[in-house]
Amino acid sequence: MSYKILYYVNQFFGQVGGEEQAGIAPFYKEEKIGPAMGFEQLLKGEAQVVGTIVCGDNYFNENTEESLKFIYDTIAAVKPDMVVAGPAFNAGRYGMACAGVANAVIDKLGIPVVTGMYHENPGVDQCKAKAIIAEVTDSAAGMRTALPVMAKIALKLLKKEELGTPKEEGYIAQGKRLTVFADKRGSERAVEMLIARFKGEEFETELPMPVFDKVAPAAAIKDLSKAKIALVTSGGIVPIGNPDRIQSASAQKWGKYNVSDISELTGGYYTIHGGYDPVYANEVPDRVAPLDMLKKFEKEGLIGEVYEYFYTTTGTGTSVGNAIQFGKEIGKELKEAGVDGVILTST
Amino acid sequence: MVKEIERYGIPIVHMSTITTISESVGANRIVPTIAIPYPVGNPSLSKDVETDMREKLVKRALTALSTEVTEVSYF
Repeated sequence: MSYKILYYVNQFFGQVGGEEQAGIAPFYKEEKIGPAMGFEQLLKGEAQVVGTIVCGDNYFNENTEESLKFIYDTIAAVKPDMVVAGPAFNAGRYGMACAGVANAVIDKLGIPVVTGMYHENPGVDQCKAKAIIAEVTDSAAGMRTALPVMAKIALKLLKKEELGTPKEEGYIAQGKRLTVFADKRGSERAVEMLIARFKGEEFETELPMPVFDKVAPAAAIKDLSKAKIALVTSGGIVPIGNPDRIQSASAQKWGKYNVSDISELTGGYYTIHGGYDPVYANEVPDRVAPLDMLKKFEKEGLIGEVYEYFYTTTGTGTSVGNAIQFGKEIGKELKEAGVDGVILTST
Repeated sequence: MVKEIERYGIPIVHMSTITTISESVGANRIVPTIAIPYPVGNPSLSKDVETDMREKLVKRALTALSTEVTEVSYF
């Protein structure tokens, strides 16, 4: 028998368009669209993609309930054995959408979901415990290697075959513990690991510790009317002409611009962010970084002052490593300048 | 970026639309915003109404900065 798979992609992989189409509502076609085509070929006739749902990333994230209702209705009509979403690579909103689809479909309908993401995608933490997420590269250039991993996992799940370990199969660990038989007892393995460690040899822990890196909330501002407030954005708002050539995606740097003599960003600034429709931010950049309001509050005495520099970078596709570095560098400057509080806006 | 700036002991508020991402990047003070391409705006409103709305949202952010919190908090 041939299993039925329903495929989910965003507007880009659904071949509707780029960022300007990110607001489109979901629609369903009885076709294999985008990655669904290559995916089905890898199933070797054992399963077939019966159709594809295409949904804009912004639409899904801003209208999650409506989007999910559409997906439930489509599933009720199509009756698939599995839903496959993505791969989303390192696209944050697409990853969040795939995760939203996965969690909802698994929780509400009990249908298995396979997706693919780069390990830093924010969607990973949202759904890794429930869905099987193939670990893929950070960009769509890795499509060719991603689909076979996803297809192999999908077939195994459909045929109710046992899935191997995350490492063997190429998916992101779900944080599950399984009972397995080992050749040697625990004490022997522990001593071997210890000796390897003493010798500086490689060893692999059997129980990786989760990394908790939480920063405790900083103390609140006591008196706003004396406070110096800084404005930071990851929305790619820069002076017109982008003098520092900040990248429109996968940023390698941040910029700071003196805003002490202006009362709003509108007129002198625009966005170079490659991850959202720029029309509205170009019209009024204060819609992304509200300098106009902070200046108004400064004039009214609600806050002491607006820090003279505005900090900016592009958040889309930017690695966590770079974001940490930017935060450290910007934070250091703000601390040295005696800034009392920061507003950071993200698109 | 939010987390690293807060590590210096400076209170920071994250204004964003996909608040689940805010939480996953470790923001402690969060103000949910309007939409991805215009977090603190709305081009479908008249200019005055839009300005009022932005004023309210930014005031909310200031309230967040001047409120003590011990865990992830929405304003």
